[in-house]
Amino acid sequence: MIPAAFDYVRAGSADEAIAALATHGDEAKLLAGGHSLIPLMRFRLARPAVVVDIGRLDDLSYIRDGGDHVAIGALTRHRDVETSELVAARAGLLGEVTSHVGDPQVRHRGTLGGAVAHGDPASDIPSALIALGATLVAAGPQGSREISVDDFFSGFLETALADDEMLTEVRIPAADGARWGFEKFNRRAQDWAIVGVSAVVRAGGDVGVGLVNMHSTPVRAAAVEGALAGGASAAEAAELAAEGCEPTEDLNASVEYRQHLARVLTRRALEAAGL
Amino acid sequence: MEISVTINGATHTHDVEPRTLLVHYIRDVVGLTGTNIGCDTSSCGACTIHVNGESVKSCTMFAVQADGEDLLTIEGLADGDTLHPMQESFRQCHALQCGYCTPGMVMAAVSFLEENPNPSDREVRLGLEGNLCRCTGYHNIVKAVLHCAAGGEQ
Ligand SMILES: Cc1cc2nc3c(=O)[nH]c(=O)nc-3n(C[C@H](O)[C@H](O)[C@H](O)COP(=O)(O)OP(=O)(O)OC[C@H]3O[C@@H](n4cnc5c(N)ncnc54)[C@H](O)[C@@H]3O)c2cc1C
Ligand code: FES
Ligand code: FES
Repeated sequence: MIPAAFDYVRAGSADEAIAALATHGDEAKLLAGGHSLIPLMRFRLARPAVVVDIGRLDDLSYIRDGGDHVAIGALTRHRDVETSELVAARAGLLGEVTSHVGDPQVRHRGTLGGAVAHGDPASDIPSALIALGATLVAAGPQGSREISVDDFFSGFLETALADDEMLTEVRIPAADGARWGFEKFNRRAQDWAIVGVSAVVRAGGDVGVGLVNMHSTPVRAAAVEGALAGGASAAEAAELAAEGCEPTEDLNASVEYRQHLARVLTRRALEAAGL
Repeated sequence: MEISVTINGATHTHDVEPRTLLVHYIRDVVGLTGTNIGCDTSSCGACTIHVNGESVKSCTMFAVQADGEDLLTIEGLADGDTLHPMQESFRQCHALQCGYCTPGMVMAAVSFLEENPNPSDREVRLGLEGNLCRCTGYHNIVKAVLHCAAGGEQ
């Protein structure tokens, strides 16, 4: 279908984009890679009056070594994350998870910032950011602030970003020497995960686990992490994977099936990460 | 809004509505109908073209996003009457039945081989994950891509 008509604003800088958001409030939507927004607009599930195109802000497309963290600009395309040697060496889980997003055409256009800001519980990328304990940097009219990934996802397709804020950077605490596992369960090529699990075991032994499609938001498997910290085995801890989650039922899976998948996939992901 | 887009080496300038999808611009405004539309959900890949050398689903871009960019469609792939090696491999390996998915398949396959010139069978299948063939002729499509990667000679 053809999207509803809108006014198009092409931002020449992050400041211009924020100014446009401040002017138009919740009438406006940022357009990054467009691979979540345009499908919604084609079904008229989204009808922004103003679209602010930030897709040309090349100065927000970068992957940098920040010493104790890896800094990735919000406009960095999935393909660049997937093929980055720096990401592979210092935040390998994110590179691996990104390589499972959609298909090559999607990864040529979609951006890291868009995948996070969309706040979709079915998206693979937030699970990696939760497991890795990322910090998100948001810029607004009053300047920049940092948001922990644990405080970022506030509801279905909702985030802690204000109407006049944009995501500028994702910071991942360096995970040199970590081992990880990513399990994505779907039935057909290219499909979204019915359930997915990202797990990372850092060189010091700390474990992070994030879940895909198990709740109204991307979610941390806190009970699994707690059990592992208390000495449980991977198999014991994985039994707690669905604890605290309220997954939905749909054509693909019942609630019970999703809970089952979370337990099985968490065990596999932890084992792949060396536990 | 006025946009200028280079398609297959020629520059086109038109006034378009911002909501115009790139694939509609290419087909209905520029008149290049080799690029097909096969779905409403960004799934089928029939609309695949290259934007600055990379495969993209042109139904999931607005024409205004392509302003100033360099596009290649299936019409621009052959060199006059000489088919591109990927087109020639599709021909030799019988990699098309009805042909509807073919322009998108070929464009996706060319971009894929540029990123991975020496792929395994499994890598080809993953690399073409974004393209559906309703005739389910995948086997020969994969064969054609491997044939092209191997230099195309029989
Ligand atoms: C066919 C298909 C298959 C897919 N499969 C998968 C999959 O298997 N797994 C997966 O995880 N994803 C999948 N995706 C989604 C893909 O990863 C998207 O690219 C991503 O979710 C959104 O990134 P984008 O840059 O395209 O964002 P856009 O669509 O441009 O934006 C998405 C939302 O985020 C907002 N936004 C974008 N950038 C910013 C920013 N910097 N600051 C604040 N707000 C911002 C926009 O306003 C919009 O509301 C798929 C998409 C398609 C079309
Ligand atoms: S028409 Fe573009 S993916 Fe189907
Ligand atoms: S040849 Fe008919 S759709 Fe692929």
